[in-house]
Amino acid sequence: MGAIEVEGLTIRYGATTAVDDVSFEVAEGELFGLLGPNGAGKTTTLELIEGLRRPDSGSVRLLGSSPWPRDPALLRRVGVQLQASAFFEKLTAREQLRTFARLYEVPVATADEWLERVGLAEKAATPVEKLSGGQAQRLSIACALVHDPELVFLDEPTAALDPQARRNLWDLIAGLQTSGRTIVLTTHYMDEAEVLCDRVAIMDAGRILQLDTPAALVRGLDAPVRISVAPGQLTADEAAALDGVDEVAEGTGLVLTTRRPADVLTRLAADHRLDGLQVRAATLEDVFLALTGREYRA
Amino acid sequence: MSAFGALAVAILKGFWRDKASVFFALVFPLMFLVLFGAIFNDTDASKSDLVLIDDVAFVEELEGEARDAFDDQFETRELSREEALEEVRKGDADAALEQSGDELVVHFTGTDQTAAARTTSVLGAFVDAANTAVLTTQAGADPPYALVTEQVEDDSLQMIDYVTPGLLGWAIAMSAAFGAAATLQGWRQSKLLRRLQLAPMPTRTIVGARVVVTLAIALVQTAVFLGLGTAFFGLTLAGNWWMAVPLVVCGTLCFMAMGLLAGAVTKSVEGAVNMANFLVLPMAFLSGSFFPLDEAPGWLRSISLAMPLRHLNDAMMDVMIRGEGAAAVLWPVVIMLGFALVLTAVAAKLFRWET
Repeated sequence: MGAIEVEGLTIRYGATTAVDDVSFEVAEGELFGLLGPNGAGKTTTLELIEGLRRPDSGSVRLLGSSPWPRDPALLRRVGVQLQASAFFEKLTAREQLRTFARLYEVPVATADEWLERVGLAEKAATPVEKLSGGQAQRLSIACALVHDPELVFLDEPTAALDPQARRNLWDLIAGLQTSGRTIVLTTHYMDEAEVLCDRVAIMDAGRILQLDTPAALVRGLDAPVRISVAPGQLTADEAAALDGVDEVAEGTGLVLTTRRPADVLTRLAADHRLDGLQVRAATLEDVFLALTGREYRA
Repeated sequence: MSAFGALAVAILKGFWRDKASVFFALVFPLMFLVLFGAIFNDTDASKSDLVLIDDVAFVEELEGEARDAFDDQFETRELSREEALEEVRKGDADAALEQSGDELVVHFTGTDQTAAARTTSVLGAFVDAANTAVLTTQAGADPPYALVTEQVEDDSLQMIDYVTPGLLGWAIAMSAAFGAAATLQGWRQSKLLRRLQLAPMPTRTIVGARVVVTLAIALVQTAVFLGLGTAFFGLTLAGNWWMAVPLVVCGTLCFMAMGLLAGAVTKSVEGAVNMANFLVLPMAFLSGSFFPLDEAPGWLRSISLAMPLRHLNDAMMDVMIRGEGAAAVLWPVVIMLGFALVLTAVAAKLFRWET
């Protein structure tokens, strides 16, 4: 039995189908990512699974039970971090966490431990309004975890964070999984999904377009490798003549596109033309863009 | 109970640490009380305001030192009998003096007992002095002047007695409505409401905690108002003043429901607070919170009867000042609870999770 079983989930608002026949399963102990551009239906899907909304059709089982009607016994086993910073106004970080601890009937000491674990011990007496973006995110994750849930939902936990704060949070999230929890997160950062997730579902316009491990998705794209060569290393004609090169683009230096990178690199190495060379293989981002298109969306 | 306590403490701390909400709940209405108290409560004025009805020969005949002493004590003006009694009735003059033959009649109201007693006793002293003067020259004669007091029917209350119930009603309406509106909007915006939905306590615990905190704030407002009013502004409470407590409780529920409605139909915290203001401020004016409605045209008074605050103000006045009993509380309580139910139902119907 999976920790989460979603079957044919659909919800419509007027003429738009926000979530369209979504089905997937998340195994116990898995870290599952929901990816998609803004407005793809990630948050709505998550809210349907959490039981905050009722779908027009479809079913959800969380740890074997239905999330609706509201079931306090189930809610005790589930931890949720919502997109916005859902805090009580004017409380300090410690008071915030202790309040949630009491709502879940967990000892206050556990709240203080979590404050330590998410690295906010020094900010214990700071009002939530004065925390930085990263600190607030860590606090809201701690609030979701204070009752030691088996299943955790994180909605865009690293949105609007600087690179340091993001990597800091990655460590925290990866650490949660090692203690055997099932985690579902949404994100629109592909690198994040690639690093953290066991499997990802790529969503757009309310539908799941692909669902697999990040590595399998990238392999499936069968994208060529791009090799950038620094200016002056070789001419465009020389490059085009190399065995295995499909295409040559000129910019600052040259970009060679190939599906046989080993042959091309061996040739360049033999000719001592490796200075300033960069190799870029396809990433999850390429998969994502191939699936969802490149046109700008607000 | 633990979850309830945690929520109540969190909400109370949020209120207490927000300078603006404390200011608007406690300090701001008290500023009005102090202001009205200072403007209208000049009982320390050195001279009594005495209206003379037509010609009072007794006063006109005072001479020398007696004349000076009289002028030191009284600020006088002459009016017709009808006008003079009207002035007294409205509290614009402390007393009116009338002479018929050798009898001097003082007209005063029962409202300001101190001022009336002082006026009467000072006038009595002058009458005695005049009698003594006559008796020393004509030994054995009857005292010529007699002082008679007559109470004019009380038409106006002391200003402080009038303004306290109304201002208190306004203060309670304001903080209950603003509190509910801002909480509903703020918690929806921050998704705290959603987050609490996913915590394992029942919804009634969340609502109950918010209601209990608002009730506690309203009762503190009441205590502060009545305490400061009696201590510093000469507010005199009738024996049944404690019946204001159920009124305050029901009023708070009613205005919280109004705040919920404001929170449900708006899309931001600022919008919700503005909407609450838009509902409460005109209602306060129409309910006689700031000035008496006695002079208002009939249609305005009819409209005011549709305002729950009007019923709260009137009932608080009845039990706290006029000394009426439980009968004065019953209907206002029913009306306010009715408003609370209807407004909450409408708010629940209009509430949307998404903005």
